[in-house]
Amino acid sequence: MSNNMQETAVSQHYIDELGAGIEHIWDVAQSLGLRPFPTNFEIVPATVMYEIGSYGMPGRFSHWTHGKAYQMQKTMYDYGLSKIYELVINTNPCSAFLLESNSVLQNKLVAAHVLAHSDFFANNAHFARTSRHMDDSVALNAERIRHYEFEHGTEEVEKLLDAVLSIQEHIDPYVTLEDVQPAEKKPARHHDGAYDDLWKLDKRGAEAGASDESPVRSRHKPSQPVRDLLLFILVHSPRLQDWERDVISIVRQESLYFYPQMQTKIINEGWASFWHARIMRELDLSTDDYMEFAELHASILQPSRQRLNPYHLGFRMLEDIERRWDEEGEGKGREKLFEVREIESDVSLIRNYLTQELVEDLDLYLYKQVGDELVVVDNGWESVRDRLARELTSHGFPVILAEDGDYNGNLELYLRHAWDGQKLDRNYAEHTLEYIYRLWGRKVWLETQTADDQKLVLSFDSREGHKETT
Amino acid sequence: MHTVTLTQHDWSLHRKGAIDQARHKAKVKEAIRQNLPDIISEQSIITTDGKKIVRVPIRTLDEYKFRFDPNDRQQFGEGQGKSKVGDVIGQTGKGKQPGNGQQAGDQPGIDYYEAELTIDELADMVFEDLCLPHLEEKRMQELESETVRFTDIRKKGPFANLDKKRTIRENIKRNAWRGDPHFGDLDNDDLRFKTWERAVRRESNAVVIAMMDVSGSMGVFEKYVSRAFYYWMVRFLRTKYDNVKIVFLAHHTEAKEVTEEEFFTRGESGGTKASSAYQLALDIINERFPSDSWNIYPFHFSDGDNWPSDNETCGRLVEQLVELSNEFGYGEIRQGRYSYQSTLMHTFQRIDNPKFVTVTIGDKSEVYPALRRFFGPELNERAA
Repeated sequence: MSNNMQETAVSQHYIDELGAGIEHIWDVAQSLGLRPFPTNFEIVPATVMYEIGSYGMPGRFSHWTHGKAYQMQKTMYDYGLSKIYELVINTNPCSAFLLESNSVLQNKLVAAHVLAHSDFFANNAHFARTSRHMDDSVALNAERIRHYEFEHGTEEVEKLLDAVLSIQEHIDPYVTLEDVQPAEKKPARHHDGAYDDLWKLDKRGAEAGASDESPVRSRHKPSQPVRDLLLFILVHSPRLQDWERDVISIVRQESLYFYPQMQTKIINEGWASFWHARIMRELDLSTDDYMEFAELHASILQPSRQRLNPYHLGFRMLEDIERRWDEEGEGKGREKLFEVREIESDVSLIRNYLTQELVEDLDLYLYKQVGDELVVVDNGWESVRDRLARELTSHGFPVILAEDGDYNGNLELYLRHAWDGQKLDRNYAEHTLEYIYRLWGRKVWLETQTADDQKLVLSFDSREGHKETT
Repeated sequence: MHTVTLTQHDWSLHRKGAIDQARHKAKVKEAIRQNLPDIISEQSIITTDGKKIVRVPIRTLDEYKFRFDPNDRQQFGEGQGKSKVGDVIGQTGKGKQPGNGQQAGDQPGIDYYEAELTIDELADMVFEDLCLPHLEEKRMQELESETVRFTDIRKKGPFANLDKKRTIRENIKRNAWRGDPHFGDLDNDDLRFKTWERAVRRESNAVVIAMMDVSGSMGVFEKYVSRAFYYWMVRFLRTKYDNVKIVFLAHHTEAKEVTEEEFFTRGESGGTKASSAYQLALDIINERFPSDSWNIYPFHFSDGDNWPSDNETCGRLVEQLVELSNEFGYGEIRQGRYSYQSTLMHTFQRIDNPKFVTVTIGDKSEVYPALRRFFGPELNERAA
């Protein structure tokens, strides 16, 4: 493509130097015990980087929210407010993207960081069931949605996606189709015995009575409350057409794929930061390069007073684990780390390894808005740990359970907010109910609580609009 | 076996993000259009110097989800050591500039999306299909406005008008002809220049006479609304017409001609005699803007509280003005205070002429409909 009018942004020299650097980094990573997927690095301009970042993966379906995310990221980048340091996709082989405007050293650090992510994807138990060919799947999904746009109109599909995406976080990777089916009446235990015919005489009346109960009445009531709203609606919605159910299944499939990444943000970023630091120290860096690396490393791990920086928290926790097991376990620190990388998620990492010393050392606290000020309200190590673990269980989203798909015997949907002391945003909840109504087609109920622990039930349908009962 | 590779492809044709971004922008525009009545009456907009960027909160573009109340939420932070319960770690910034909002960021409590647009973009949307109604070609004094349009490309011309893109293309074309398509070895033959022709646009003369009641009975709200209306009207006229004169008249019991700046900033007090303004407008028309050469558009904004004995005179003068005008607009601002009609509006009711248009404004958001009523495309259709 030498005649191409478009100039390639980086020189051949840059590519050669970085390429050799990355190969060396790969060898170092191997020698340190990392076992990543084979990984392809692609050098891209910022616009492409931000696009992939806002879609989560190249080739996903179109929706204006992706465009909004893209615009926001791009604006922040243009104003120099943010830089995506790394972008890596959980596939085998693994794909990673490097920003062409980065220096060779910056991209080396990113490559080291990314290889540790790749190792984590390949070896952490929570990723074991993710599709490693998701890049193909999302492209096929996008194709299907494009087809539906053609058949049913762009606007119709957009409205449906608006509704489905509003609850895309409400999935459960451990739910099975059986869980969303109604509780079956278990047939009475049947003994094969010598006197069966005699026992049966006794029960005849009772059994005849039991079978009288109409199965229709409970057909949409799950045996247990289901937190996978997408699956519940997909299976039981009284109004959806097949193509609409397919769109829900697409969104759910993609959400499920991203789910382990939400589950392991702290440990995964901690793992990658831990290893990029180790790998970079193994390289023969000049003083200038080392300074650049140290500066970048510090900026990635910069803690914030108003947010938890997962890179920093994860990094510090893993270092602490290695130190403790080195001291107490006679140099078994490294071994312990690889065990942690294999089995833990954020919740279990926090539960098992966030100690009093760490909470105090990191100066972690809970704060709250009081008037115009943000005020520290709690810094007891146990309450911080427990609160964090609980929050991570649902990734910062409220847990909403589908309790009954045949409420009032009228195929209405009854949802319950699993109360944990935190109020819902009422305005947002009401809008979301409208979206769910779009999917369910009949009245939708939501039970939650007010700040003073009063039960509050919201409902919506198009005829009566929003209602509330306490 | 390749376990790690580094590649670079041409992504220049990759446009997916841009396409979805365009859809998002279209939705933003849609949302702004729906909110125009509220947006254009914002204090912050009508008091700007016109260069400002306007931030418009767009709630319809929020991505609604089940979420915790951001104002009630406990969040995690990392201090620099020894933080204690009760320490203040930051401000929300809320309450400092009510209604202005901040860019949604990592601060808690700010929960809506804001679009940014310039006043000009906003004005384009407001003025999209507005026009001066019943505009006629007048015999006399037709003013010519001259513009320059680049219409052609030639091989010779002043270098200031060099068409760089075409020149480069010609150069590459010539090189390609010789089997080596690249840019270089520029030759005189490659040069291309833009040339222009004079375009003369004929325009009818038009004068707008903006009259405003500045008497004591005009409260803060009434003054605000009439200023908001005139702000957009003046802007609209200047954007769409090169050749419109605007005369500003302020009145209480007496009327006088004022400068634009005085018109928008000065407050007066006293009683109200609307006839004084109408008489002055008639005098000005007769002296300076004879109706056989000018399209005439008088507008008057008032709260309708007129000296009762003056109403008869008003009716008579307005009838005369309507005769001379292409359109006479009367806007009355009544903020739900009265359920009955004002005496002035009552007087005007007997004027039965399609060129006489009235509106009543009871709320800030009715400024936009008023603009559309006076300058909307339907008016010309109605007349036709």
